[in-house]
Amino acid sequence: MAPPTSPPAEPTTTAAATGPTPSRRVNDDAAGLGTRRAAAFVAPALVLIAVFLVFPAVWTLYLGVTDYRLTGIAASDPKFVGTGNYTSVLGDEEFHSSLWLTLQFVVGSAVIGQTVLGFSVAWVMRDRSGPVRRLVEAVILLAWILPGSVIAFLWIALLDRDSGTLNALLGTPGTAWLLDHPMACIIVFNIWRGTAFSMMLYSAALGNVPPSHLETARLAGASTLQTLRDVVLPRIRGHILTSLLLVSLWTFNDFTPFLITAGGPDGKSEIMSVYVYRTALGDGRLGFGAAISLVMILINLVIALLYLRALRERRERDGGDGRGGRGGGGRRDGRERDGRGRRGHGRRGGRGKRRKGVAV
Amino acid sequence: MAVITLSGLTKVYPGGVRALDALDLEIADGEFFALLGPSGCGKTTLLRTVAGLETATAGSVRIGETDVTRLPPGRRDVGMVFQDYALFPHMSVTDNIAYPLRIKKAAKNERHAAAADVAAELGLDGLLARRPSELSGGQQQRVALARAMVARPQVFLLDEPLSNLDARLRLEARTFLKKLQRELGVTTVFVTHDQAEALAMADRIAVMEAGRIRQIGTPAEVFRRPANLFVAAFIGSTPMNLVDARVRGEQVEAAGVLLPLPEEARGLVTDGQAVVYGVRPDYLDYSPSPVDGSFSGRVAVVENLGSSSLVTLDVEGVLIHALVGEGSEPEPDEHGWAVPRAGRALLYSDGDLVNGNDVTVAA
Repeated sequence: MAPPTSPPAEPTTTAAATGPTPSRRVNDDAAGLGTRRAAAFVAPALVLIAVFLVFPAVWTLYLGVTDYRLTGIAASDPKFVGTGNYTSVLGDEEFHSSLWLTLQFVVGSAVIGQTVLGFSVAWVMRDRSGPVRRLVEAVILLAWILPGSVIAFLWIALLDRDSGTLNALLGTPGTAWLLDHPMACIIVFNIWRGTAFSMMLYSAALGNVPPSHLETARLAGASTLQTLRDVVLPRIRGHILTSLLLVSLWTFNDFTPFLITAGGPDGKSEIMSVYVYRTALGDGRLGFGAAISLVMILINLVIALLYLRALRERRERDGGDGRGGRGGGGRRDGRERDGRGRRGHGRRGGRGKRRKGVAV
Repeated sequence: MAVITLSGLTKVYPGGVRALDALDLEIADGEFFALLGPSGCGKTTLLRTVAGLETATAGSVRIGETDVTRLPPGRRDVGMVFQDYALFPHMSVTDNIAYPLRIKKAAKNERHAAAADVAAELGLDGLLARRPSELSGGQQQRVALARAMVARPQVFLLDEPLSNLDARLRLEARTFLKKLQRELGVTTVFVTHDQAEALAMADRIAVMEAGRIRQIGTPAEVFRRPANLFVAAFIGSTPMNLVDARVRGEQVEAAGVLLPLPEEARGLVTDGQAVVYGVRPDYLDYSPSPVDGSFSGRVAVVENLGSSSLVTLDVEGVLIHALVGEGSEPEPDEHGWAVPRAGRALLYSDGDLVNGNDVTVAA
């Protein structure tokens, strides 16, 4: 009996002997590296971030206030033009049309297309298992994991006027899909490509809806739409907002459509990222392009802020619930609390708390 | 208010698990009926099949005059309370209770009035504006009950109604449920794995094992005269003493002692037949001095149960449990005798109760 008791006793005595100072340092610095060595570990990552992320961003800010060009006199001796680039961007017809096309692209393919389709697939597949589900998931995931250049090539082959697969299937030889309906093409393309993400996120979210809640609705005689409205959507609101935020931002900044339509014909599918590319690198107007980039960043920020605000409202409401529950005594049943904890994982607050828990 | 009739009910899950095996059962109008069994015995599947949440593979379910086997749950006129209560966290208590009426497209003031009525019946007034997370476990359960009651269904189904409550609340809720059921007079079926709960609440109990009903009876019948060894071992908070025995003329030899043959088995067993002798610890009278026709052995363990103690006697290697009232507990290692009370000992042959009269035993 003696050996098992002695080892746990030893650390206690050492800790007591070395006094309170080291134990406090241990609390701050769990790995025991010290500031210098810790900094040395972080430094390579910081350098990479500085060189490839911070510097280009600052450089873009600088370019945006000059008339810098890719070639010519302005390339060797750029002049400071103040807010000139920004006023001309905001007054530019092409910018307006590009912004409008981007809006169509984001709303059509991300918000409506990917989200609705992804959710529908997840809902239909929710209690199916076996080969059908695996096949559907594999096919949808394939579109998501293939490299952009590969699938762009596949889509050009599909939509080609003279020997395209779609024309062969529909029996409509000679229809130039990419020329006649360029926006529709890239919207459908992006839905096809991005649905996998929404589908996976929503299948995970649907797994969070307790079966008994769905069954309560069934017992009441609720239709599918009523069940979605009353039981499912309120439960997965956080997942919907997160997915919408990510998908809209990705779609807003997406450059893959360029590989299919190159912004054409005649700028009819020139979404924002393509527009920046054409002005800055095609026309060589780097200063002007940098100004558009900054406007894009601002638009992204606004989108992100809107979603974050919606998320925060939800979190505050939940927080209120939580406080009330605790006030009511610890008699809430275990499952309810489990559900709450699981939902908390998606939130930044929850993650922060967990990290703190590890450090202490 | 309706009779529930199940005939030949079978449920086979994909993968071949036979959860219900050609089950026949009739639950009387207004009865408080318990489905009791260990986990995996099919009791919850049975309840869910009655609710319509599972479709029967074969057989039929009738509620009242209607064959509901192929009807969706929403049209069966049943109210169900789930084990986790399944309250919608984003709705107030009123909205939760009124939910079935909302689906039935009742006007807002109408369904709120109905919700308030039911809530008052269950002592929930004053909590109507709260969210479920602001309620205690017992209150949450009553909200779930109110939601099941609000549409005035013909049948209530309760899935493990007490298992999510803590021990003290459980007793309270048990009394509450039994009283409520009596007042409403609605046919109610509940599922439980806790035999004490079933004995305390139900008018009748069906004890299930592996998709079959092993015995149906009133709590007294099931407790006093378990129809087979499974029920005998399952029912009772202190498990029944079941001892391998052999018939010796007018006596039974069990654990090396000769005991009188139970009255009802007389003439039904032959000399030398191998049987199982069963007697509940509650029906063994402990004596510190020698008595004829009793188990005699050394006291191995004494467990205090509060108002009584469970004494374990070591009778030639066989452990015999007996309940002893307070004040007369023996000390460990003393020698003791346990006398089976007349008319309370049972004989089992091939797993089934040996008796002359016809006890309700399911096929």
